[in-house]
Amino acid sequence: MCLAVPGRVESIDDATPETRAGRVNFGGVVKVINLAFVPEAVVGDYVLTHVGFAISRIDEAQARRTLAFLEGRS
Amino acid sequence: MKHVDEFRDPASVLECAREIGAIVTRPWTLMEVCGGQTHAIVKHGLDELLPSQVTLIHGPGCPVCVTDVAILDQAHAIAARPEVVFCTFGDMLRVPGTSTDLYQVKASGGDVRVVYSPLDALDIAAAEPAREVVFFAIGFETTAPANAMSVYLARQRGLKNFSMLVSQVLVPPAIEAIMASPRSRVQGFLAAGHVCAIMGTREYEPIAAKHRVPIVATGFEPLDIMQGVLMCVRQLEAGSHRVENQYARVVREEGNAGAQALMRQVFAVRDANWRGIGIIDASGLGLSAEYRCFDALDRFGTTLASRQDDGVCISGLIMQGLEKPAACPAFGKACTPEMPLGATMVSSEGACAAYYRYRR
Ligand code: SF4
Repeated sequence: MCLAVPGRVESIDDATPETRAGRVNFGGVVKVINLAFVPEAVVGDYVLTHVGFAISRIDEAQARRTLAFLEGRS
Repeated sequence: MKHVDEFRDPASVLECAREIGAIVTRPWTLMEVCGGQTHAIVKHGLDELLPSQVTLIHGPGCPVCVTDVAILDQAHAIAARPEVVFCTFGDMLRVPGTSTDLYQVKASGGDVRVVYSPLDALDIAAAEPAREVVFFAIGFETTAPANAMSVYLARQRGLKNFSMLVSQVLVPPAIEAIMASPRSRVQGFLAAGHVCAIMGTREYEPIAAKHRVPIVATGFEPLDIMQGVLMCVRQLEAGSHRVENQYARVVREEGNAGAQALMRQVFAVRDANWRGIGIIDASGLGLSAEYRCFDALDRFGTTLASRQDDGVCISGLIMQGLEKPAACPAFGKACTPEMPLGATMVSSEGACAAYYRYRR
């Protein structure tokens, strides 16, 4: 139920803050997603989306840090 | 980076499991809170990779599973009304109430439509002004902002034919309730990463301190979960009980401020009855006074007498981490995903359904 999927923001249309929306690419499938809750997201960012809304901008540096933490032990 | 495959690398998962094996000296019991994590753990067999000292038990984190039978009965009654278009996420279709489910209501002529987003329900309301469009707003904190935004936009667009049947529940009060039980065996929590994406991690500080349990906000990919377990076991071995964040690429300590602000405007905290568990104080959300006019219960609600779940079902104990599905005599026999008897078999994220699918 709380499934959320990462996708890449391809374009943004912010007519009003609440209806700020964008085309988000999920591995080739592009959907229009509400971006009102990620005002900091820009084109090229990955956002995590849930039921048509982006709920978080994915922080690349932190993602790398997590993977480095794990790779540090292999 | 695409933020999916990188976090599924089998060699890294195994390496992480080995690391846990290297540091563990005693038995520890951890609970993953979210049903999505349960699903991933059972599907990928992550629990079977862990050293025998580390036991994962499955929490109440499936909003579909814990939706109160009384609300389901209301949903079924409202969906059967001729003027209503009843919009729902697909996972609610087969959830049994007292005498029926949405699938059967639809088969008997109810206009039940599966939507991907609550915004789809708004579009239907705008396109079909003569119909009453009701959205079944279930979910945890992860889904609450989306539902809140939809009510907010319905008001802005003047959509008088839109309403919501709200069954929103909150995670921290459920964790509190689990820890308050004298039978609780939980020594550490993997908190639900997407709930934390909205709410942040601060609300777990008092729980971690009071019950002296480590709480690690954790993601959903196999590597995330393994790393969450590692962080939790490391704390347990060191005797510490802090709130930590495994899922830092998504979760900020303060959460999503905009989403929280809208939730506070549109919703108000209330008590909630969790299917299989019972009433937990201040563990749910209803529409605030300002948005009450969008409440489907006020608009259509009837008083219905609901039955509680079948006596054989132990899903309440399973969701509190006190039992595993195999302990239920009905598991896989009288109770299957096609004919679920209780909460944890009704959704693919329920522990019984996950075991049925991957572990028989
Ligand atoms: S198998 Fe069915 S009856 Fe048994 S605990 Fe699970 S949901 Fe309840």
